[in-house]
Amino acid sequence: MLEAMGLGSAEALFDSIPGDLRLKRPLNTPAALSEIELLDRFEQMGARNAGAGRISFMGGGAYSHYIPTIVDHILSRSEFFTAYTPYQPEISQGTLQVIFEFQTLVCQLTGMEVANASMYDGSTALAEAVLMAERVTKRSKAVASTATHPQYLEVINTYVQHAGIHLELVPFDEKTGQSWQALAGAIDDETAALVVQSPNFFGCVEDLSALADAAHAKGALLIVAITEAMSLGLLKSPGACGADIVVAEGQSFGVPLSFGGPYVGLFATREKYARQIPGRLVGEAYDKKGRRGFVLTLATREQHIRREKATSNICTNEGLIALAATVYLETMGRRGVQEAAHQCAQKAAYAARAIAKLNGYAIPFTGPYFNEFVVRGPGRAVELLARLGKEKGIDAGIALSRFMPDRPNDFLVCVTETNSREQIDRLIQVLGS
Amino acid sequence: MTITKATTHISPNEQLIFERSQTGRIGYRLPALDVDEVELSIPNEFRRDDDLEGMPEVSEVDVIRHFVRMSTWNYSIDLGMYPLGSCTMKYNSRLNEKVARIAGFANLHPLTEEHDAQGALQVIYELQQHLAEITGLPGISLQPAAGAHGEMTGIMIIRAFLDARDGAAASHRRTMLIPDSAHGTNPASAHLSGFSVKTIRSTAEGLTDLDHLRELCAHGEVAGLMLTNPNTLGLFERNIKQICEIVHEAGGLVYMDGANMNALVGIARPGDMGVDVIHLNLHKTFSTPHGGGGPGSGPCCCTKELEPYLPVPRIVKSSDSTYGLDYDQPKSIGRVKAFFGNYGMMLRALSYTLTHGNDGLREATEAAVLNARYVAAGLIEDYDKPFAGAPMHEVVFTDKKQTRKGVHTLDIAKRLIDYGFHPMTIYFPLIVQGAMLIEPTESVGRQELDQFIAAMKSIAVEAVENPELVLNAPHDTRVGRLDEAAAARKPILRWKPE
Repeated sequence: MLEAMGLGSAEALFDSIPGDLRLKRPLNTPAALSEIELLDRFEQMGARNAGAGRISFMGGGAYSHYIPTIVDHILSRSEFFTAYTPYQPEISQGTLQVIFEFQTLVCQLTGMEVANASMYDGSTALAEAVLMAERVTKRSKAVASTATHPQYLEVINTYVQHAGIHLELVPFDEKTGQSWQALAGAIDDETAALVVQSPNFFGCVEDLSALADAAHAKGALLIVAITEAMSLGLLKSPGACGADIVVAEGQSFGVPLSFGGPYVGLFATREKYARQIPGRLVGEAYDKKGRRGFVLTLATREQHIRREKATSNICTNEGLIALAATVYLETMGRRGVQEAAHQCAQKAAYAARAIAKLNGYAIPFTGPYFNEFVVRGPGRAVELLARLGKEKGIDAGIALSRFMPDRPNDFLVCVTETNSREQIDRLIQVLGS
Repeated sequence: MTITKATTHISPNEQLIFERSQTGRIGYRLPALDVDEVELSIPNEFRRDDDLEGMPEVSEVDVIRHFVRMSTWNYSIDLGMYPLGSCTMKYNSRLNEKVARIAGFANLHPLTEEHDAQGALQVIYELQQHLAEITGLPGISLQPAAGAHGEMTGIMIIRAFLDARDGAAASHRRTMLIPDSAHGTNPASAHLSGFSVKTIRSTAEGLTDLDHLRELCAHGEVAGLMLTNPNTLGLFERNIKQICEIVHEAGGLVYMDGANMNALVGIARPGDMGVDVIHLNLHKTFSTPHGGGGPGSGPCCCTKELEPYLPVPRIVKSSDSTYGLDYDQPKSIGRVKAFFGNYGMMLRALSYTLTHGNDGLREATEAAVLNARYVAAGLIEDYDKPFAGAPMHEVVFTDKKQTRKGVHTLDIAKRLIDYGFHPMTIYFPLIVQGAMLIEPTESVGRQELDQFIAAMKSIAVEAVENPELVLNAPHDTRVGRLDEAAAARKPILRWKPE
């Protein structure tokens, strides 16, 4: 081919790069590995992740749920995982119809009217929701509580730091573990949005209807964030409670933990705000022969057309993970999502009641919870959890002192449908030992 | 001219899942609840009362057929050449997929304590080392989830650096310079970081206009420049060193959009050109799958000087060879995403660099550029090539020769579908009227390139002899051209029961 183009060598392909800018040595990266060597290397590194093999009660924004076998089979189909963003609808109808179904499922679960094609994850979806609330209300303050996932709060702060938005934090109630009363009290005429996570970082369910009323009375929006999307199978939808924007981490729906990503952000809102939504939207369309199809739509909100005036800079989103969530939700279906949620709540209640009876342990918050709750132990949680991990092979939870140094003995315990009674009994036994 | 189609499309019928749903059908089984049921702490008014009405009720085989049928409506890399310019649609190795599914990674919770996640942190650290070497920029964070997210991160780093360097005076330095050929994400990311945008013209040659750059830099409020190199016309900005010097002398920094790094890996390094910060797209250059629109991964690499501003946590290696998380970075712009970024993409990218090795990475670049050059040479007589310069990994043509018969870029792209190819990127960059941006990547051989060239040549003939054929394309897909204007006027964005 070089000859066909009259080039003497591969080097000549790069003649347009000035000589002094060319790398005159090989890259200082390792030589090529064969498949056998490569897999061996990664297996060895994987084996150094002791946390991956344990009985686990860790949640805090990433959850262990049952993943039906067919999810990964569908994801692994070439036609889905090696396709690009569906810019050519005639040969992308598979991806487009999947996204349309995904948008519909997100609306059904959240009780909202419009959902987008996905965001990077729950944390960035929440940050984008705050930016959107500013666009809708033209106000510059957002109020959130300290019972929001600490990493989500950090991400909001990063996103709004140059947008002229002030994020005000209000404390949660030390008795209930809830924050809706404090949030409702902190609203004023400058508030663009109340931001509430429910179930919150401590697992407590908030009174969303009360917050929606409080927000709307002052002309603000209510943004509801959900890290444990499985809770939607049991809890009243934020939409039914009056929320204006609902964001969620969709990892619970068929996505492996994978050390924090890739996950998928869900983003839903009211129809009247559809033109302010960030990211991609898929809509129904027809061809000349009247055949139904789907296309990317309302693109005039987006960066490739509006450039600096776009509603967001997002381009690539989490298409394949949205597919995983769609396959999951359709496989589990109307009954399965409710049953999984029911089992989570029942098993968590079983665990919490038993732990509360253990000598030296307490459940400090009285607020209602779904499948996560805070446990106050007899000593420093970091040490207790490290010991149980190492000696008993159980990850009993997440030490809250990692985020809140003033809570040395507290840890967050999460129970899902994947935890058998035997595992829960073992947890109770090792905590008591 | 007779043409062998690269692929043909099959088109089974399939409804929406909601239209397939039958009350009472299920496709899952959970173990029976093995604890005694108790009254939950959740009051009734906090519980759903809609019984999730409308959500599908289907069997497992319903779900499988549903998705497999829909999948057949998609074009994909595994079916054939996918020459989307600026998107780098290269082969996604199955080995990388296998690596990402190793239980020690797939089942690892992101809040696992560091000592129980040493292998996972090692993967991040090693990939960081490779990417730092490839870009020549030693500071690195893998936290951004996609290219635009990496851009936002990079531009916020520039802003934080300037604010620290200039103090209150930095408030006068709020202009980001962006060429008229840039990706739309560039100005959108600059805006998110509180910058206003000024556009730099391109020369007739297709390169950054140095005089215009100097003129814009003379105003004194320039915070930086966002530049893609090779640029979106597929041309290497040969004055890049001078461009960086001009911006630096004006007190600004240079951000490089790394979308086109597939032209440079192993050949030239942005850090050696004077670039201060860059994002990479692991889902382009490093072969992680596009997945129908993500997940991506947009690592941000920068100079030593900018390193303190990278997102937290940083992943570090201590003297005893253990890996850890460093949150103690007071100058950091903060966290841009929960946890560590799109970790599964990092596993795949590390698998890519390790299976290619340093030689293989360079060879891939050579093949990518060679293939683009071959397409450029093959189409030069049939299509208008607006810039004479030798292209790197992608080449831009226009529809200028075809418009006389009323055939435009969109029509050529749609007709290409009938020949079994995915079309090239069209109408981008915006500065080229009727642009067709073709990036073959290294993942096609000469035979397929010849087939693509023959298809394009055939379309050029059809545009003259039978323009209707091209104007009404595609002819054999599941749906024809959809009425996008009507879809946007009255958007239907979800299914609702009749």
